[in-house]
Amino acid sequence: MATATDVKVAVHAPVSPAIPDRFRLLTGIVAAAAPATLVLIVFILFQQAWPAITHFGLGFLTSRTWNPVTQEFGALPGIFGTVATSLIALVFALPIGVAAALVLAEQGQTTIRGLVGTAIELLAAIPSVVYGIWALYVLGPWAFAHIEAPISDRFGFVGWLSEASPRSLFTASLVLAVMILPTLTAVSRDVIRAVPRGLKENAVALGATWWETTWRVILPAARSGIFGATILALGRALGETIAVTMVIGNNYQIPPSIFSPAYTLASVIANEFTEASGVLYPAALVELGLALILVTLTVNVIAMVLVRSTASRAAI
Amino acid sequence: MNRNVLRLSANRGAIGVAYLLTLVALIPLCLVLAYTIFRGFPAVSHLEFFTNVERPVGVPGSGVAHAIVGTLILVGIASVVAVPIGVLGGIYLAEYSGNRWADWARLGSDVLIGTPSIAVGLFAYALFVAPFHHFSGLSGSLALAVLMLPIVVRTTESAVRLIPGGLRESGLALGLPRWRVSLQLILPAAAPGVITGALLSVARASGETAPLLFTSFGNPFLSTNPTQPLEALPHIVYKFALLPYPALQEQAWGAALVLVVMVLIINLASRYVLRRQIRLAGQL
Repeated sequence: MATATDVKVAVHAPVSPAIPDRFRLLTGIVAAAAPATLVLIVFILFQQAWPAITHFGLGFLTSRTWNPVTQEFGALPGIFGTVATSLIALVFALPIGVAAALVLAEQGQTTIRGLVGTAIELLAAIPSVVYGIWALYVLGPWAFAHIEAPISDRFGFVGWLSEASPRSLFTASLVLAVMILPTLTAVSRDVIRAVPRGLKENAVALGATWWETTWRVILPAARSGIFGATILALGRALGETIAVTMVIGNNYQIPPSIFSPAYTLASVIANEFTEASGVLYPAALVELGLALILVTLTVNVIAMVLVRSTASRAAI
Repeated sequence: MNRNVLRLSANRGAIGVAYLLTLVALIPLCLVLAYTIFRGFPAVSHLEFFTNVERPVGVPGSGVAHAIVGTLILVGIASVVAVPIGVLGGIYLAEYSGNRWADWARLGSDVLIGTPSIAVGLFAYALFVAPFHHFSGLSGSLALAVLMLPIVVRTTESAVRLIPGGLRESGLALGLPRWRVSLQLILPAAAPGVITGALLSVARASGETAPLLFTSFGNPFLSTNPTQPLEALPHIVYKFALLPYPALQEQAWGAALVLVVMVLIINLASRYVLRRQIRLAGQL
């Protein structure tokens, strides 16, 4: 008789809902560590920058002075340098990245295509300080001798092409272009691969050449994803510190020419934070960091939404 | 007829340009590698480079042993913090995906990957340097851990996702609780991928300079005490490259070579392991 009741109990006890999945709860809490850290970073930076935020107000973003002696700080030259280097870098990297992505996304995984893909992805693994030392001793002098000097000699009458110097906004943009190329290429390649194959086959069946298929069918279909990849690369470029600091020339000004020394938000922090004393000076530097992180976060979220929406549309 | 000739030549031109630009994309990799090897080799070819610490300019036999030790300690502590958290978080994202909490956690990880590392350095400074009034290796490790965490989370998630549902279902059918299925069945099966992810995050952390500038700060002496400032290899490159002494610049190139070799070995090895993992997972 005892066995019969046991069986009855076992049958009637609802098994899964009664036992709360503690493992799920625990890992769920742990999984929140990344977003929680993100929120904490923004909060701490706000807190540290507060003296500067209340003292300078919105004028901080539009002022051009940076004078620790008189305690006057403004972010405009830094913002200009950060945005200008990143945008110029995109101009160089975008055509190369998309072209490489088109080649790598072609059907048929040949050995050469695999090797080239691996090589471009390895570019992303090289530490930024190595790009920095290379740009400082190799890329910068080369660009000065073969690009900057000839151009500014001939077109120096155009204000923003004059005054070539080996450490400049332009050099920083070049090294940034190299550094964002792998992100741009890899994400664009994945997005282009996600374009439904039928679209391409239809175009080819209608007699379109490779170029017509690519230009009229594949690129329009992958447009928002490639735009997302671009924005993602832009986010990387905006936040890049060390390589840029080594070659941009570190001059806190809105440069008269793209070949002049300039400064970026991240470089100012890297160079000056350990020596900043008092209350306002470090707070102003942290406010630069806050501006930087808020911009990159926005840019990254937009990029992710764009890339994901393309990928999921392609899956349908 | 004429129009078709035009179309075909445009097509040929476009293909040529696309391949040419792909080659252009490879040039910087070759140049960076070539220059780092050529300029770094003279420094690396002396054994003292790996056994001695920094010496004043002009004194021969200077080395980076202190920076190698420092990097090992910094990245070691960062891994101890970031890897367990990242692996558990990644398991959650793979095993319990499809709810809003997981979506937010995934977005948070992706955004954290793109956070400027200098901002993470400021964060670690405010949290672990300012209250103690001195720079320390621990604060540097914390900054590196923040950078490693999202990489471990996302690579663990993709490694666990590769494991076919049949393995999970057979475990559950045997009456194992979810945590045992996840930790004792799925995780071992996904181990190569998970380890790969951890190694990739180590590679990323060992190359970071910006978050260390005002946390672990640098230290010209051999130190193993993480509560005091520690030197790191990328910081040596940054510091020496900008100084006007050729002997120190040579040291900088040498340290850069050590970094590049380490990072490339980790990346190439992880590619090989991942490819094997994908093949093995297909057979499960």
